[in-house]
Amino acid sequence: MTDQQTTALSTMLLCLADDEYIIGHRMSEWTGQGPIIEEDIAFSSMAQDELGHALGFYTLLHELGADDPDTLVFTRDASAYRNSIFTEQPRGDYAWSMMRQFLYDGAETERLGALATSAFEPLRDLAVRMLQEERYHWMHNATFVRRLALGTEESRLRMQSALTEAFPFALGLFEPYDGEELLVAAGIAPAEDHLRRRWLDRMCPLLEEYGLKVPAHRDGDNWRVDAAPVLGGRQGRHTEHLLGILDAMHVLRSADPDAVNW
Amino acid sequence: MDEREQILWTALEEVKDPEIPTVSVVEMGIIESVLIDGPRASVTMIPTFSGCPALHVIRDDIAEAVRGAGFEAEVIVSRKAWSTDRLSESAREKMRAIGLASARPHGGNVEWEMLAPVPCPYCGSENTAVENSFGPTLCRAIMYCNGCRQSFEKFKPL
Repeated sequence: MTDQQTTALSTMLLCLADDEYIIGHRMSEWTGQGPIIEEDIAFSSMAQDELGHALGFYTLLHELGADDPDTLVFTRDASAYRNSIFTEQPRGDYAWSMMRQFLYDGAETERLGALATSAFEPLRDLAVRMLQEERYHWMHNATFVRRLALGTEESRLRMQSALTEAFPFALGLFEPYDGEELLVAAGIAPAEDHLRRRWLDRMCPLLEEYGLKVPAHRDGDNWRVDAAPVLGGRQGRHTEHLLGILDAMHVLRSADPDAVNW
Repeated sequence: MDEREQILWTALEEVKDPEIPTVSVVEMGIIESVLIDGPRASVTMIPTFSGCPALHVIRDDIAEAVRGAGFEAEVIVSRKAWSTDRLSESAREKMRAIGLASARPHGGNVEWEMLAPVPCPYCGSENTAVENSFGPTLCRAIMYCNGCRQSFEKFKPL
């Protein structure tokens, strides 16, 4: 791998690791507070999976020359985080969290599916392993989004409102990052635009089948989006919501930098 | 297998999965390979779930067992995917004995096994259903047996 390719790969890994870490943190906010105990457990477990995936990406990043995972997570300022703005938004009501997870895991499944054929073997291995675990997320999320979208009038309204609000944010998962074209040319990673198209093809027909109105319309073989994507995360531009998460995460480390031997 | 390698495997069989303390990491299929080179033994392990909080404990326990067997220890954590097809028959039996049904061998056809009714570990009935794909640990789902009317856990197929 050339130096430029390594730099680009490190950038991409940071984007993916930060996405997983931050959304994992948000999901964990349902621990002990789920609407029913099964969902409390489901969100806690999925949060744990996403943190495990974040650790996988951070560890690979470390092997490419970056700081170790703990240092990366506990010492960076918000502007050094590369997660999409979507993942840092507050958990909202259960409908919003459920919809976010559905849209996010749909994107993650497409991305990991593409990375499972990456020219870079360690990344390929990680993707194959994570895809196995994502199957359970997909089954869970699709079941609940469908059930709620086709449920009572109130649950339908809440899911629709969550979808309308979340959709432009979700498009930010496919924001280009620096060096993307180098990785695509080398067969290391898929083009973000390609992933976005695959994601729209997967999600839009399903959401329509569930009776929800998607902020996009068909144009021949493609889906055209009728909403402006919320971008900035991949360049380190974030909302105030990330600061709240980082404050909560960093408080112990700031008080006692050696508090790692729990 | 020479004598030193035999000693090493015997030591590894004493390392248990902290979440299923009757089953060893060898029976779980967590040990991928061992390599002895002079005084040093290198063990490659494949974690079950990526987010398993027991991973660090298992890694440290393996290293300690290798040292206890008289080697300098190196433990490598593989990125390869683990599968429930790696569970040995003895692991499946020991799980059943503590009320934990294990995923059956699926040869890669995991979608089917995810939803398939597994025999109840208490009464053997196949009239069982998935209650929740998520359970008390990442690797377990919650099942319900309509035969003896009690819930039980299942090791999730991967």
